[in-house]
Amino acid sequence: MEATEKYNFDVVRWFTIMAVVYLVVGTLVGVIIAAQLAWPVLNFDIAELTFGRLRPLHTNAVIFAFGGCALMATAFYTVQRTCGVPLWSNKMAWFTFFLWNIIIVSAVITLPLGITQGKEYAELEWPLDILIAIAWLTYSFNFAMTIAKRKTSHIYVSNWFFLGMMVMITYLHVVNSLAIPVSLFKSYSIFSGVQDAMIQWWWGHNAVGYYLTAGFLGIMYYFVPKQANRPVFSYRLSVIHFWALMFGYVWLGAHHLQYTALPDWTGSLGAAVSLAMIIPSWGGAVNGMMTLSGAWDKLRTDYVLRFLVMSLAFYAMSTFEGPVMSSKTVNALSHYTDWGIGHVHSGALGWVVMVAAGALYHMIMKLWNTEMYSDKLVNLHFWMATIGAVIYIVAMWVSGIMQGLMWRDYDAFGTLSYTFAESVAAMHPYYVMRAVGGAIFWAGGAVMLFNMIMTIRMASATRGVGAPARA
Amino acid sequence: MSNEIHSTKFQDKVESNVFVMFVMLAILLSVGGLVEIVPLFYLKGTMEHNQHPEIVWQRKDGQTLADWKPGDGIRPYTALELAGREVYIREGCYLCHSQMIRPFRDEKERYGHYSLASESMYDHPFQWGSKRTGPDLARVGGKYSDEWQRQHLIAPRSLVPESVMPNYPWLAENMLDGQIAVKTVAAMATLGVPYTADDYGADFSGAAAEVEGKTELDAIVAYLQVLGTMVTFEEGVDYRE
Repeated sequence: MEATEKYNFDVVRWFTIMAVVYLVVGTLVGVIIAAQLAWPVLNFDIAELTFGRLRPLHTNAVIFAFGGCALMATAFYTVQRTCGVPLWSNKMAWFTFFLWNIIIVSAVITLPLGITQGKEYAELEWPLDILIAIAWLTYSFNFAMTIAKRKTSHIYVSNWFFLGMMVMITYLHVVNSLAIPVSLFKSYSIFSGVQDAMIQWWWGHNAVGYYLTAGFLGIMYYFVPKQANRPVFSYRLSVIHFWALMFGYVWLGAHHLQYTALPDWTGSLGAAVSLAMIIPSWGGAVNGMMTLSGAWDKLRTDYVLRFLVMSLAFYAMSTFEGPVMSSKTVNALSHYTDWGIGHVHSGALGWVVMVAAGALYHMIMKLWNTEMYSDKLVNLHFWMATIGAVIYIVAMWVSGIMQGLMWRDYDAFGTLSYTFAESVAAMHPYYVMRAVGGAIFWAGGAVMLFNMIMTIRMASATRGVGAPARA
Repeated sequence: MSNEIHSTKFQDKVESNVFVMFVMLAILLSVGGLVEIVPLFYLKGTMEHNQHPEIVWQRKDGQTLADWKPGDGIRPYTALELAGREVYIREGCYLCHSQMIRPFRDEKERYGHYSLASESMYDHPFQWGSKRTGPDLARVGGKYSDEWQRQHLIAPRSLVPESVMPNYPWLAENMLDGQIAVKTVAAMATLGVPYTADDYGADFSGAAAEVEGKTELDAIVAYLQVLGTMVTFEEGVDYRE
């Protein structure tokens, strides 16, 4: 309890709880839309439940609701721990918490109603964009000011990554959301056509690169060493990893637009830098993995550590796959297909959720000063997440490559072998497989939610008090 | 960890001062975006109509959007088409349909001539898409009859049994709002889309009359039917290097 008095952990507890709740909600919507692609009757002819309206809800829920709460919980936790001081402003952190959750609830209402700016992962309309900017700036400012008043001489590496994410997401969100409103619920991007496309994918890929990669690397650099009880493998590697990643990732967005009406120089530049990004990415993965040197035996008993190590394996895999897909030859085949969806999910399910789950389990135990209600359920979650993710990714690899090949296939007479509709029909088994994989992954998250609730109840019962029980 | 570092003096400085780190990041993180995005606004090669002005509709004095014929060149969307585009965005069509044909043989045969940057220069926001769960729509205009499009939107599987597209029966029931049409055209004009006073009047009030009594289904069909039909492509001309 001593730590609880020294630091502002109440707000961190609530971000932790909401992250797990949104993980279950966001992936549930994902399972629903996956099933809709396998069985279109599940759209039920109800406008608010159609794929086109639920898909933005799924992406926004997992990225902003789950990802955001996980990043805010972990950043506010690690910054206090590594700086040895409480938050610069506890009140501001609570303000961020409530505003962020208001934004999420508003998204859940507006997106199914079809209120959208029509740009992927940036669908929320302008009033919510303004609220996001406010919430993000209060989060970032509070974080930076906490570092400023730290007791340690140097800033710990995980905080570099969080800070880089905060700066970049501010740039991206502000520029990509520039629009003129015509009503409370409608606005139009001030950019058009090719410029709008480039700005969108500069945003789109860097939401992945900074929010879902740099931010979660911040998580990795704190929680892997903590859970393994070993120092970070190489300080130098983390310096190189950090600056190369920060400088390089920004350029990658253009690879989403190869062979489009974007000028060739831009797409090729994006692809070239993408290829080079293997080096810092793998540097980071190696740095995380090697941190376990001499502690590999812990994987037998420490299920939380399993999540962290598996996440690094997926991180290494998908940061290899990304550059491959951005090379022109492969991109010509993979673009517009399910392979892209598979790639995103190998990062999202395998890396983002796994590393966050490891960190969240770690924090639940520390914040409530207890063990998990059930270690077996942690292990069960680990296997469900791993198996679910693998089924999902494999299904999308097969369907994506098959689509790409069918679309470009010619028969002996030099005419296209397949109609588009035939390629859609061929996808059916893989869409079913994807929905099954996703459902297993989702159920794993539900196990985590149950385990968390029981842990908190147990901890509160033993102590008679518990921070969340008060609310 | 901090006791054992062997970094440069500069790295040491950055690591021990959050404001220095912030400034370093702010500079470093802006480079890639500036290099890749800013030139797109001024490099002449970006938009094909700088080399091939004929792909843009050259209006004569007094001509309105109603005088335009398919193939006359790129023009602003009519109020009805814009209302259809609105439905397209609202329903999230861009999540499954691209509007960007790449310069490959199979795409040319399946969808038509590769897309030009100039063709979407009036698209706020762009709708190129990133995924083809359904086929590309950049040149779907004129491929099917209006009647086919209407039935397909309401019940796709009645025409394409393999389709996984949702049914959109409500489009036939929802009436368009004239005031929204006026605001939409006005917004596009504010953003630089060249509507003239002859099109909808100086206050764009004519847009309301155009959508009066029309359904969302009428609008989206009008939008789909104009896609890709604006430019007449000449055989053997390379529009992009």
